[in-house]
Amino acid sequence: MNFEFSEDQNMLRDQASRFLAENCPPATVRRVLESDDDYDAELWGKVVEMGWTAAVIPEELGGLGLSYLELCVIAEELGRACAPVPFSSSVYLATEALLMAGSQAQKETWLPRLAAGEVIGTFALAEGPGETTAKSLATKAAGGKLSGTKVPVPDAGIANLAVVVAAHDGGDGAALYLVDMAQDGVSVSPVPTFDPTRGHGRLVLDGAAAEPLGKPGEGWALAQKLLDRAAVLFAWEQVGGAQAALEQAREYALGRYAFGRPIASYQAIKHKLATMYVKNTLARSNCYFGAWALNTNAAELPVAAATARVSATQAYYFASKENIQTHGGMGYTWEFDCQFFYRRAKLLSVAIGSERQWQNKLITAVEHSNAA
Amino acid sequence: MDFNDTPEEAKFREEARAWLKDNVPKASELEGLGYIEQAKLWQKRKYDAGWACITWPKEYGGRGASAIEQVIWNQEEAKHDDLPGGVFSIGQGMAAPTLMTWADDDAKARYLPKLASGEEIWCQLFSEPAGGSDLAALRTRAVKDGDEWVINGQKIWTSGAHYSDYGILVVRTDPTVPKHKGLTYFYLDMKSPGIEIKPIKQISGDANFNEVYFTDVRIPDSQRLGEVGQGWQVSLTTLMNERASIGAGGVNVGFDSVFKLAQKVNIGDRPAIEDDSVRARLADWYCQEAGLRYTSYRTLSALSRGDIPGPENSIGKLVGAPKTQDMASFAIDLLEQSGAIWDEELSAEAGLFQGTYMSIPGLRIAGGTDEIMANIIAERVLGLPQEPRMDKGIPFNEVPTGGSKG
Repeated sequence: MNFEFSEDQNMLRDQASRFLAENCPPATVRRVLESDDDYDAELWGKVVEMGWTAAVIPEELGGLGLSYLELCVIAEELGRACAPVPFSSSVYLATEALLMAGSQAQKETWLPRLAAGEVIGTFALAEGPGETTAKSLATKAAGGKLSGTKVPVPDAGIANLAVVVAAHDGGDGAALYLVDMAQDGVSVSPVPTFDPTRGHGRLVLDGAAAEPLGKPGEGWALAQKLLDRAAVLFAWEQVGGAQAALEQAREYALGRYAFGRPIASYQAIKHKLATMYVKNTLARSNCYFGAWALNTNAAELPVAAATARVSATQAYYFASKENIQTHGGMGYTWEFDCQFFYRRAKLLSVAIGSERQWQNKLITAVEHSNAA
Repeated sequence: MDFNDTPEEAKFREEARAWLKDNVPKASELEGLGYIEQAKLWQKRKYDAGWACITWPKEYGGRGASAIEQVIWNQEEAKHDDLPGGVFSIGQGMAAPTLMTWADDDAKARYLPKLASGEEIWCQLFSEPAGGSDLAALRTRAVKDGDEWVINGQKIWTSGAHYSDYGILVVRTDPTVPKHKGLTYFYLDMKSPGIEIKPIKQISGDANFNEVYFTDVRIPDSQRLGEVGQGWQVSLTTLMNERASIGAGGVNVGFDSVFKLAQKVNIGDRPAIEDDSVRARLADWYCQEAGLRYTSYRTLSALSRGDIPGPENSIGKLVGAPKTQDMASFAIDLLEQSGAIWDEELSAEAGLFQGTYMSIPGLRIAGGTDEIMANIIAERVLGLPQEPRMDKGIPFNEVPTGGSKG
C-alpha cells in the first residue's frame, strides 16, 4: 500500500502550480468573465505547449503516454486556478471517449490533433431541463446523419469535434457519435450561463454527418463508463477549487478585523473554516482512491468515481459559498474574486450529472459490488 | 500510488490471517469468564505469539512492525467477530506512547511489556468537574513531601478506573503561576490508599465512567513524567494519541448496517433502499466513511516516513461521532414506530441502533468535544488565532471561576 503521489508527480504539481500562477492569475479569469469570449485562447495555447492535452494519449498517437495520476495532478491545479479553458471537455471527455471506444482509424484521425491542440473536443449529452436518459434522447441518427438539439454543450462555440450521445439508427438504446463541427448540418449559438468563464452553447444538428463511436446499442453503457472516468478528473478539479476557496477565506479572515481583533479568532469563523477543511480533506482522500481506480481501471472504479464526485461536489459548493460569507459584503461585490469559485463550483456540480445522480449511482454501484 | 498490497505486505497479511485462524479463542474457551478475563486471555495469547502491540519495539513486547502492518493486522483481526477487547485501549493507546516518550528506561522495561501482554490495565485521570474542555483549569493538588507527592482532589470521566492497575494523572503543583505552567504529570498505582472510585450512570443506563476521589494519596517522585511544571506538555502526547485512538473505532453502526436495514424494511410498499431520499443519505455517509478510511491511509504513509500523529487525527472523531449519531437516528426512523423498542430480542440487530443512539452523545464529548476538535483544526492545522482568553498570564489562583468548585 502506498497512498501518496510519487516524487515526479509532486514535481509536476509544483511546475503546474507555478505555470498557472504566472499564466492564469485572477486577472485572466476576470478578463474572460467580462468579455464575450468562450475561453482564454492565449492560455489555452500555453496549456497545449505544456503538453497537458497530450498527457494520457499514447506516444504513437502523438501523446506523452503519461498515467492518469499525472492527469489528476494537472486537473487539481486547473481547478485551483479556475482556468478558463476547454480542458475538461477536450481531455476528460472527448479524448477519453476516443481512447475508450475509438477504432484505430478514428484514433489516428483525431488523437494526434487533440494532443497537439489543433482540435478542441467536447461531449454533448444534455437536451434541456432535467436528466437526459437513454429513453428520453430526442437527438436521433438516421442513415448516418444526426438530427436534434443538444443544450447546453460546454465549449460548443470553440469545439472542432463533438462526441454526441443520440438514439441510434434503427434499434434500441443509445450510441455515441463523432461529429465534425465544421459542416453545414451543424449550427451553434451561444448560451449564457452563470459562469461565463466557461463558454456554453446550443448545438443544433440538422442531418449532420456522424460516425458511430463504439458499438451501436452499447452507447449508453459506454457513456456511463466514460462519465465514471471523467468524474474522477472533474472531482480533482473540484477539490483544487475548494482548496483555493478555503485558502482565500483563511487569508481574508486573518487580515480582517472586527471588534478589535481578527475575525479568524472568532469560533463562528474558525468552525466554518474547520468544516471546509474537513470536507476538503475527505473529498481529497476519496479522490486519491478514485485516481488509483482510474489509473488501474480497477473493478472498484464505479464506486470510487461516484464517491470522489459526490464528496468533491459537496466540498466545493460548501467552500465557495462560505468563502463569500466569510468575506461579508465585499465577498458579494463584482470587484472581489470570491465569485469565481461560487460560479465554477455550481457549474461543475451539474457538468456531468448532479449530486443527486451521483449519489444514486454510488448506491447502485455498491449494490452491484455486494451482489458480485 | 498503489492501493494493493506489496509482495511483503501480502506475505505479512497471509501470516497474520493464518495465525488468527488457528488461534482466535473459541466460544467454549471464553464461556464462564467475565469480559476482563476474556480480554486478558486473548491479549496474552497474542502477546505470547508476538501479535500484541505489533508496532512497539521487540524489547517492550511488540515486533517492530510498520504502521502499514498494523493496519493489515487490524483489518484481519476485524474479520473475526466478537473478539474480546477494549479494556486495554487506554493503556496501550495513550499511557504507553506517553511512557515511551517521557519515562526512563527502567520504567519502560517495567511497565510496557505488561501493558502489551494485558497483564496490567491502565486508566487516564485527566478531566475534573472544573476542567473539561478547559482541561488545564484542573485543580487536583499535589504537594511535595520529601521524596513523595501528596494528592488531594477529584477526577471525573475515568473509564475503567475500577478495574485498572495503574493510572496516568495530571495535577496542579503550583497554583501561583498561569494555569498551563503549574501542572505536573505522574503515573500511580490505582490500589494506593486514599483512592475512592464511584461509578457514573450514563443516559444509556451503563456505567463505563467513574469519579475518582483522592484523599492524601502518596506518589513517589520517581513516578513523575517530565519536569515539575511540564505536565501540560506531557499530557499533549497523551491527548494526541487519545484522539487518534477514539477516532479509530469503537462503534459499529455504519454504512453497512444501515444499508442492510434499508434492504429489509419497507417505505410504502417497496424496500426502503429503492427510495431516492434514503439512497442520497446513504451515499453521503458512504462518502464520509470512505473519506475517513483513505485519510487514515494517507496519514499512514506519512507515519511510515517517521512523522508523529498530528492534529489531523482530530478529523476522525469530529466526523465519525456525529455521523454515527445521525445514522442511528436514521435507522430508527426506517423502523418507524417499532424503532422505539430497545430490546435484545425484540429489536432489529439486537438493539444495535437504539443502543448506539443512547451511547453516542458521549462519544461526541469524550476526548475533546466536537467544538474543541474544530478549534484544534482551526488553530493547529489552519493556523488561525485563539480567541482572547480571560485567564491568560494570570496566576491560576486569581482566575475567575464562576463559582464552580474543583
